[in-house]
Amino acid sequence: MQGYVHSLESFGTVDGPGIRFVVFLQGCPLRCKYCHNPDTWTYGRGKLYESQEIFDLAMKYKHYFSKGGGITLTGGEPLLQMDFSIELLKKFKDAGVHTAVDTSGYMFDKENKASVEKHLELCRYIDLFLLDIKHISSQKHKELTGVPNEHTLDFARFLDEQGKKMWIRYVLVPGWTDDEKDIRGLRAFLDTLGNVDKVEVLPYHTMGVPKYQKLGIAYPLEGVPTPTKEQVALARKILRGDR
Amino acid sequence: MNIPKEWEGFNLGKWSNDEIDVRDFIQNNYTPYTGDDAFLEGPTEDTTKLWQEIMELSKKERENGGVLDADTKIVSQVNSHEAGYIDKKLEKIVGLQTDKPFKRALMPFGGIKMAEQALNMYGYQIDPEVKEIFVKYRKTHNDGVFDAYTSEMRRARTAHILTGLPDTYGRGRIIGDYRRVALYGVDYLIRKKEEDKAILDGEMTDDKIRAREEIAEQIKALKALKEMAGKYGYDISKPAKNAQEAIQFLYFGYLGAVKDQNGAAMSIGRNSTFLDIYIERDLKNGTLTEKEAQELIDQFVMKLRIVKFMRIQSYNELFSGDPTWVTESIGGMGVDGRTLVTKNSFRILHTLVNLGPAPEPNLTVLWSKNLPENFKKFCAKISIDTSSIQYESDDLMRPEMGDDYAIACCVSCMRVGKDMQFFGARANLAKCLLYAINGGVDELAKDKVTGKPLQVAPKFAPILGDGKLDYDEVMDKFDTMMTWLAGLYVNTLNLIHYMHDKYSYEALEMALHDTEVRRFFATGIAGLSCCVDSLSAIKYANVYPIRNEYGIVTDYRIEGDYPKYGNNDDRVDEIAVWIVKTFMKKIRGHHTYRNSVPTMSILTITSNVVYGKNTGSTPDGRKAGQPLAPGANPMHGRDENGALASLESVRKLPYEYARDGISNTFSITPNSLGKDE
Repeated sequence: MQGYVHSLESFGTVDGPGIRFVVFLQGCPLRCKYCHNPDTWTYGRGKLYESQEIFDLAMKYKHYFSKGGGITLTGGEPLLQMDFSIELLKKFKDAGVHTAVDTSGYMFDKENKASVEKHLELCRYIDLFLLDIKHISSQKHKELTGVPNEHTLDFARFLDEQGKKMWIRYVLVPGWTDDEKDIRGLRAFLDTLGNVDKVEVLPYHTMGVPKYQKLGIAYPLEGVPTPTKEQVALARKILRGDR
Repeated sequence: MNIPKEWEGFNLGKWSNDEIDVRDFIQNNYTPYTGDDAFLEGPTEDTTKLWQEIMELSKKERENGGVLDADTKIVSQVNSHEAGYIDKKLEKIVGLQTDKPFKRALMPFGGIKMAEQALNMYGYQIDPEVKEIFVKYRKTHNDGVFDAYTSEMRRARTAHILTGLPDTYGRGRIIGDYRRVALYGVDYLIRKKEEDKAILDGEMTDDKIRAREEIAEQIKALKALKEMAGKYGYDISKPAKNAQEAIQFLYFGYLGAVKDQNGAAMSIGRNSTFLDIYIERDLKNGTLTEKEAQELIDQFVMKLRIVKFMRIQSYNELFSGDPTWVTESIGGMGVDGRTLVTKNSFRILHTLVNLGPAPEPNLTVLWSKNLPENFKKFCAKISIDTSSIQYESDDLMRPEMGDDYAIACCVSCMRVGKDMQFFGARANLAKCLLYAINGGVDELAKDKVTGKPLQVAPKFAPILGDGKLDYDEVMDKFDTMMTWLAGLYVNTLNLIHYMHDKYSYEALEMALHDTEVRRFFATGIAGLSCCVDSLSAIKYANVYPIRNEYGIVTDYRIEGDYPKYGNNDDRVDEIAVWIVKTFMKKIRGHHTYRNSVPTMSILTITSNVVYGKNTGSTPDGRKAGQPLAPGANPMHGRDENGALASLESVRKLPYEYARDGISNTFSITPNSLGKDE
C-alpha cells in the first residue's frame, strides 16, 4: 500500500542507535510549539510511496546498518499512517533490519479495542520505541502540543506490559518544560516503568524557524531562548535517575 | 661493499646491497604501533618560543598585505642563498628558502612575466638585470609554450574550456623521495646516477640524449644540495647517523626542491614511518627521549608550515588562499597485512595539538578499515579538535600502488621515487556540453576582432530550432565534442610538458627518483555533476533552448523535474559513470608525451567557483556564472536524501577510469554525526 512521505534521510545518526535510514512520514495530530518540522504537519501532502519502494530505497544502505544501525520511522507522527507503518516495518523486520519508531504515542487509545489491537500488531515489528513525552502535566502538555498526555502515558505503560524496549525523549524548552518539579515528576513516572533503556534530553533549538517563515506561520516560541548547558545538564541528571 | 657505520643497528637487506630501495629498508626495520596516544609529549620550551616568533612574523606578513619580504634579485636555485634562520639557537631543524624567514624567492624559470607581475602586485620591482637576462637570453617555460601553441589551443584557453593549465607556472605534483638523502647520503645517490648514465651509451637517439642530459642535471642538483647543506654546517654526503640528522637531511632534500621549483603542489611524500625507524633506534640507544623526538617532529613540521611562494593574487583567488600542498601521507597498511602506523604517525598528527591547527603541511591519513583501533580513535580525536586531517582510502589505492605510495596535492597517488606525473589541470565538461549544443561556439567569450561569439572548436553542426532538446541528438553531439576536446586537451598538455621539461626541469626532484621512472599523464575534468544533471534534465524533463541575438543558446527553460546526481539514483548516476568512462577512453586514444600513462582526476576543490564564473547557463537550471560543484560533488543543494545517498552516487564513479583521484568535499557538523552525551 501507499503512504505519504515527507522525506528520506540516508544518514540518520540521531534517531536511534547507529547509522539509520530515516523515513519522515507526513502528517501529525499534534501542534507542538517548538516543532522544528512544521512542514510535516499536514496529512496528504508530501510524496506518495509504495511501502516496497521505501523498502528498496532503504536496503541500498544495508551495509551501513550492519554495525548496530537500522531504520527509523518518524515524522510527523508515523503512526497516523498505522497500516502503512505496519506493512513497511514488517518488511524490514522480515529482512532482519533493526527497526525503530519515533512517536508521541497519541494514536494509542486503551479504550478502543481496534486501536489496542493495531498497536499490539505493531509491537511485533518494532525493536525500539522512541517515545516522546512532551510534558508530565496533562494540562501543560495540552498548552504545549494542543492535546493532553493521557494517551502517551497509557502507551508507555502498554509498551512496558508488552516488554518493549523504549527510549524516552524529552525536549527541554526554557519556560515551558524546564521546571525542575515537572522534570522530577516525569522521572517519578518513569520509575514506574521497567523497560526504559535510555532517556534523551533534547535541547530546544531554533533551526526550524526558517521553515515557519517559508510556510507563513507565526513562530509560536518567538523570543524563547535555547537552554543553557547547565539547564541541559541538570535535566539530564534528573531524568537519568542519578538524584 | 662496506656497510656504513650510520647503518649500525638496522636490519640489512636488498636496500643495503648496492641498491636504492627505501621501501625495503622500511619493511625490514619499522615497528608497527597499535597502542594509544598516552606516550605523546607536549612541546618543548624552545619549540613554543620558536613558534611564537613564527606567529609574530605571520602577523606582520598579514599586516603588510600578504607578503613580508621578497627577493628581487637572486634567482632561486638549490644553492642560491646563504643560510637563513628564524632564531638559530632555538632551531633543531634548520633551513629556509632564502636567507631570511618569510622572504619569498624569485623563481622566473616558469615564466618571467608571472614572476614580475607577482612582485609588482606587492609593491616590489624586479632587478632590471635579472629581467633582461630572462627576457633576452634565457627562455622560460612560458615562452616555450606560447611559441608552440596553436591558435585553437589559445582559443580554448581564452574561453576556459581548458583551464588552469600549467603554462605560466610550475607544474608541481612531483614528489622527490627525500628519504633517500637521509638513508643513503648524497654521494651514494650520485654514484648510482652516474652508473645509470654510463649505461645509456651506444646509438644516440633523441630519448637517450635527453636522458643523459637530464641525469647530468640531476647530478648537478645533488651536488648543489650538498653545498646548500654545507652552508648550514651539515655534511649530507654520508647517510644520516641519528634521528635529528635523518629529519634534517630529509628536510634539506625537500628544501632544495622548493628552492628549485615553484610548483602548484609541492608534496613531501610518506616520511613519518621511515623517520620512526631512526627515532626508535635512538630511543633504544638512550640517545634520544620522547620529548626530544616530538621536538624534532614539531620543528620539522614548523618548517613545512612556512614554505611560501611568490604568486599573483588571481592565483590565490583561484585556490582560496595560498596553498603549497605540502602533503604528507601517514599510516596505511602494508601489503603483508601489518599496519604501517608507527609511533611517529601519532607524533606528526600531534603537531596539530602542540602547534595548533594548520592547513599545511596537508596531513593525510591513508585510511584502511584495518588500521589499529587506537590510531583510528586518535585520528578522530584530532579531527574533532582541529579539523586539519585529510583522509584517503588506502584500501582503494593499495591494490594497485602497493604500500609505499604517497599523495601529491590532494588525491594523486604515486609510488614514492618510482612514479612522477605531468600535471594537466582540467577540461570543463559542462562547457563541452554547451559547445555540443552551440556547435563549438563559446556561450560567453567573444572574438576580439569581430566582437561576435568566439568559435572555439571546429564548426560542428549545432542544435537547431527552439523545440525541446532531444536527448539522443544532444548525446550524439556531446560525444563528438568530447572527442574533439580530448584530442585538443592531450595535445595541449603534450606541448606544455615538453616545454616544462626543456626550460624548467625538476632536476633535484627527479634526482630523487629512479632513473627509469613511470610517468603519469594526469588529465582532469571539471563540472561533472553540472554536466550530468544537464543531461538528466534533457532526458527526463523538457528543456527548451533560449537564444541570444546571434542565435547562440545562452539559457534554458526547464519544464518538469528530473533525477539529480547525488541521490543514489541509478537513472542519473549512470550518466555520470558513462561520462567518466567515455572521456577517459577518448583521452587514452591519443599519444601522450614521453609515453606517459594517461590518468584522470575529478578533484577541483576551490577552483570550481572560478570555473563556474566562466561557464554560461546550463540545461540543469544553473545560471551563467554560478559555481560548478567541487570535484565529484553533486550540485549544491540537490542531494536531498542525506549524506549516504550523496556519497553513494560519488562512489559509483569508476576509480579505474579516474586513477588520479576523485574528491568529494563534504562538511559535517559534529552534532549531525550523532549525540555526544
